[in-house]
Amino acid sequence: MPRLFGYLARRVLQAVPIVLGIAVFNFFLLHLAPGDAADVLAGEAGGASEEYLAQMKAKFGLDQPLYVQLGRYLANVASFDLGFSFRHNMAVTELIAGRLPATLLLMVMAVALAFVVGIVLGVTAARHVRKPIDSIVSIVALLAYATPIFWIGLMMILLFSVNLGWLPSGGMQTIGADLQGAAYVWDIAQHLVLPTLTLALFYLALYTRLMRASMLEVYGQDFVTTARAKGLDERRVAYRHVFRNAVLPMVTMLGLQVGSLLGGSVLVETVFGWPGLGRLAFEAVFQRDHNLLLGILLISSLLVVGVNVLVDLVYAKLDPRIELR
Amino acid sequence: MSVLRFVVSVSLLVFLGAPLSGAQEPVKGGTLTMVVQPEPPGLVSAFNSAGPIGVVSTKILEGLITYDYDMNPKPSLAETWKVSPDGKTITFNLRKGVKWHDGKDFTSADVQFSALKVWKELHPRGRSTFAKLTAVETPSPLIAIFKLSEPSPYMMSALSGYEGQILPKHLYDGTDIPQNPYNNKPVGTGPFVFKEWQKGNFILLERNPAYWDKAKPYLDKIVMRIIPDASARAAAFETGEVLLGGFSPVPLNDVKRLEATGKFDLETKGYEYLAPLFLLEFNLKNKYLQDKRVRQAIAHAVNKDLVVKTVWFGFGKPATGPVPSVLTQFYSAAVPQYPFDIKKADQLLDDAGFKRGTDGKRFKLVHDFLPYGSDYQRTAEYLKQALGKVGIDVEIRSQDTAAFLKRVYTDGEFDMTSNFFYALPDPTIGVQRIYWTKNIKKGVPFSNASGYSNPEMDKVIEAAQIEHDRKKRKELIGRLQSIAQEDLPVLDLFEVRFFTLANKKVQDHTNSAEGVYGSFSGVWLKK
Repeated sequence: MPRLFGYLARRVLQAVPIVLGIAVFNFFLLHLAPGDAADVLAGEAGGASEEYLAQMKAKFGLDQPLYVQLGRYLANVASFDLGFSFRHNMAVTELIAGRLPATLLLMVMAVALAFVVGIVLGVTAARHVRKPIDSIVSIVALLAYATPIFWIGLMMILLFSVNLGWLPSGGMQTIGADLQGAAYVWDIAQHLVLPTLTLALFYLALYTRLMRASMLEVYGQDFVTTARAKGLDERRVAYRHVFRNAVLPMVTMLGLQVGSLLGGSVLVETVFGWPGLGRLAFEAVFQRDHNLLLGILLISSLLVVGVNVLVDLVYAKLDPRIELR
Repeated sequence: MSVLRFVVSVSLLVFLGAPLSGAQEPVKGGTLTMVVQPEPPGLVSAFNSAGPIGVVSTKILEGLITYDYDMNPKPSLAETWKVSPDGKTITFNLRKGVKWHDGKDFTSADVQFSALKVWKELHPRGRSTFAKLTAVETPSPLIAIFKLSEPSPYMMSALSGYEGQILPKHLYDGTDIPQNPYNNKPVGTGPFVFKEWQKGNFILLERNPAYWDKAKPYLDKIVMRIIPDASARAAAFETGEVLLGGFSPVPLNDVKRLEATGKFDLETKGYEYLAPLFLLEFNLKNKYLQDKRVRQAIAHAVNKDLVVKTVWFGFGKPATGPVPSVLTQFYSAAVPQYPFDIKKADQLLDDAGFKRGTDGKRFKLVHDFLPYGSDYQRTAEYLKQALGKVGIDVEIRSQDTAAFLKRVYTDGEFDMTSNFFYALPDPTIGVQRIYWTKNIKKGVPFSNASGYSNPEMDKVIEAAQIEHDRKKRKELIGRLQSIAQEDLPVLDLFEVRFFTLANKKVQDHTNSAEGVYGSFSGVWLKK
């Protein structure tokens, strides 16, 4: 146990300069884009007077030299304050918190669905390699991976909402209906189906192909031959011996995807009008809402660092050969 | 006998006339779901004129007056008003018994505060619209007297719930107005009360039971949904999840298909207040474009009808000058015109001394277009083709909105843009900014970016600002249009026709020049 704490403490210490570096890098990267938040606001308003623009820039702190802006930003970050979004007239943390539930709901559902179904399909394909069922799974996975995600989304809307009328075409809930309890959950579930399926289809292709490849690789190893020589049946070989070893790369992939959870999926959120973080970040780019964008990027980078540590821990648990050092 | 016939015919008229005139009895109740795009940055228009804010804000907050299709003023928070003969004093008699949504009384102090502290200081156009406003006197809670240093005839067009919105003094006085928390949860006097805003998702408004116009509003709720994808918006209209949207809410190439279903009304009226214009700005510092003949040649080389018909699917009307034809009080057609004529264009360019080279090209221009969607990009592509035919090599450059604005209005590093302006109800408010020497201002979006400066034009512009006589003012603005068309520092291509798409269930959604910026108190849903 003390060894585990030592490990964690070291990883956290290592993370501090990484996150700081990311924050500084992001800051300069965003300031490379021409124009600022005040320009965008004035442009949207269809014009502004000189004095008003100057007032706005002064209030947003945009009239200060870049190093002063950076210093202020880092000072804020150091005190766990992500700053204020002048465009939204709200604190950045408040904005992010408002979008978090919708983002997590969609991403967790989609990734979980893709992970589970991906494993099932991948294992099935690997167990029937070079048979028709393998070809079918591979072709479907390839198609799902290659089709633009927004197009799938729009086609789903056309089929299930416009033509069949089974599911709502977008949004997250029936607005103004004041639903409670089970009715509320059912309402959100209905809105969740199409975006989850669309997004899962994309990840599903990844997981299926990875699982299949990984299974086939393990199948070729000596201990599998040994197991077969012992007289174990194919089923037992597949699940007891091959599967458990083949699942490790899947955990790596899952870790990567969980790390990008907060980024959401801009395309799916846009097509389905889902109020997630991906859209918030995407719009912030065009609105030059630097504080908001930096906030989202910073939290995302924290998550990536955190999940990496977690994946290492899970590795050690799954494969006793891996040691935490 | 004749009396009987009279009675019969009158009752027949009443019986038949009612449905024919379309004056059906409004039904109360129901929820109107509409789209607003893009998501507004706040919900108060009093100091931010962004379009999507106007769509939401005007249902909650109101102005002193409202307008009909021809921009004639109608009572709103002001019941009557009187302009003094010298045009320097306007007395507004306010409506009695109007309450803010939080229960406080609406008084002349709110008007005074909004005019002097909000519009005049913070509204992007207000600083010039209300430049001559020196004081607002409040002899009683129901009388507000506007005092002007010079007559400002255009001011009467800027008092709607969108352009001259009244804010509650008791919630805003002494605060940092643009950052007041009530900007995201406004308290108004309007027919609908703000209920909830889930960012990125929806805005919910509910009926104001204490609205001053007793029978109204008819709707129980208005839901404004934020649907960022245009095709998804079209789908939401088709499924009936969304009933109304303004500012051309679906892709132009989807309109025909939606119309064919027979489920929708397509309304292009209701944008007269904004009078949108699509135009090309020329940088007069460019060594080719500073020659008037080159600009006139470009005007001859562009087929405006074709742009409207093919690129914009007919949602426009070729422009004849800087004042759009919807501004009936000011529009003048008797100005120089440049009909589509490639030979004439070639001739003008030859005369200017820019002969074709061995490759058939005369010179090169870079074209920046306002990145507001695929229609804008296609227009740029058309321009490249059209100008290529007269030997002008056009390179299209794309960038996002912030970069475009900075390039054109701060850095001035452009040759030619395609852009989009609101002419607004009065040329002094909307049109003069493009041509006035005093409006060559670095860093100010939608100012005089071409760098055009003509003392004669300045004289006309400045005279029109303070001319109180309607007829003389119209003449001055006619002069403005002639000079602008002769000099062509910008080329007005066409008047953009926005459309409102509404499910046939929605009644009376467009009944004035304000369109979707109206209060919606009279909108109702057919059962």
